[in-house]
Amino acid sequence: MVFQSRSTWAWPYALFMLCLVVLPLLLIAVYAFTDANGSFTIQNFVSFFTKSEAINTFIYSLAIALITTIICLLLGYPAAYIMAMADFKTPQVMAMLFILPMWINFLLRTIATVELFRMFGLPLGEGALLFGMVYDFLPFMIYPIYNTLQKMDTSLIEAAHDLGAKRHQVFLKVTLPLSMPGIYSGIVMVFMPTVSTFAIAELLTHNKVTLFGSLIQRCFGEGGIAMWNYGAALSLIMLIIIGLTSFFGGDKEDINR
Amino acid sequence: MFENYKKSKVEKRSLTSRIAAQAYLWLLLVVLYAPILLIIIFSFTQSKVFGNWTGFTLGLYENLFTGYDAVAQVKVDPNLYRAIFFTVVIAFASAIISTMLGTLAAIGIYHMRSRDRKIMTFMNSIPMINPDILTGISLFLLFVFLGISRGLGTVIAAHVVFCTPYVVLSVMPRLTKMNPNIYEAALDLGATPFQALRKVMMPELWPGMISGFILSLTLSIDDFGVTYFTKGSSGLETLSTFIYADARKGGLTPELRPLFSLIFLTILVLLIIMNIRTHKQQNKTK
Repeated sequence: MVFQSRSTWAWPYALFMLCLVVLPLLLIAVYAFTDANGSFTIQNFVSFFTKSEAINTFIYSLAIALITTIICLLLGYPAAYIMAMADFKTPQVMAMLFILPMWINFLLRTIATVELFRMFGLPLGEGALLFGMVYDFLPFMIYPIYNTLQKMDTSLIEAAHDLGAKRHQVFLKVTLPLSMPGIYSGIVMVFMPTVSTFAIAELLTHNKVTLFGSLIQRCFGEGGIAMWNYGAALSLIMLIIIGLTSFFGGDKEDINR
Repeated sequence: MFENYKKSKVEKRSLTSRIAAQAYLWLLLVVLYAPILLIIIFSFTQSKVFGNWTGFTLGLYENLFTGYDAVAQVKVDPNLYRAIFFTVVIAFASAIISTMLGTLAAIGIYHMRSRDRKIMTFMNSIPMINPDILTGISLFLLFVFLGISRGLGTVIAAHVVFCTPYVVLSVMPRLTKMNPNIYEAALDLGATPFQALRKVMMPELWPGMISGFILSLTLSIDDFGVTYFTKGSSGLETLSTFIYADARKGGLTPELRPLFSLIFLTILVLLIIMNIRTHKQQNKTK
């Protein structure tokens, strides 16, 4: 009997993944290299590189994602460090408090953020966009760093102290290098969603700023079939960015642990 | 032992630096919770426009539950209730399918030869790494390519795509802890593979399956990007896409404020209960 061997139990899943993960990704590539009639073309990529709007949006989105990631790291690392090192009676509660906001629908939270800006009379623009993005993705930075710091062997720090290292030396030479896996995961987990985000930007800036994700979204919106191939080309470019990020961001399985 | 050590380390730090550290955490939390507090505060006023305070009232809660706005004498947008309904249906359907598919897959992958196992693990990681916009668009192209009309079925299938990998990852650690021989023992004693799975393996895998199921529920409820591209134009909306369409129109249905205040409070209470329970268990083991 076939199902006696348990390795066959994954076959339905393997088939499912082939049809709904691998095949669709291949379709992006197929659509990217064809025109509306289905014949081969590289025109979609040519227009991406020659249209100043598209290429500028692309670079701008990369910059926004990078800045968001850096701000998240600068704000999140101290928070994770304090939580991991301090002797709260309940460190888990603190960690939980940072994750809890993620349970509220992020679009609604974004709208509330816009409202907050309006109440304080702040303009909606780049500043609001960065604030909103940092606000949405900060927990993704704190959590992996907190996790690595918490699992860290604290006797190493003690040893460094005993051997005469000053506090900043202990941090730079022991704590920071040991927390690098968490930092890598945090960077990947913040950078990937920010570079691909859509919808948030238009809400936070009242359509003043267009990000690469929104550009792709528009291709599959009201424009109809005519824009799909171009949209697929843009998607393929984003896919490459994501692939590169996860490749250089270290072990993928680490993210999920 | 560790606890004592941690204390001694903290005592080395000065009082001011400890207070500064605490203040920093609380400041971050205040900023993080400010928008949520705003939603809760403005759920207690009847104003149509979010951010306008027109006096304390429980009117919006009443509207939410009766479906009728007694002040304005209009019905609450029926699409809101449809969106709630479909959010729940999609979440449970995709979580149940993901949990079954993912549990079987985890058992299968665990018993595969290392090469196949690597391939499956890689495939499993794709939907987790892939941003929702790419998952959404790739599935959109698939459904268009195959001529499948988009609707409830395609949304559920799409949610199963990004939920199942997390089920696989939650069940996997339970498998490594399990005695590998009990399944074979059950077979030797005359059980069919299905019986062995249900009576012998499932009880061991249960905690992993539950956490995978809950994770799937939350991922599904929270999703916007994938749903947006796979829901089609037949008017199917989940809460996420409903809010998005609402916000683009300019006004936010006011009853969303009490709805999400209630959701937030429910989760808060659940987490507090869970925390107290684990705390008690920890105390017992000490």
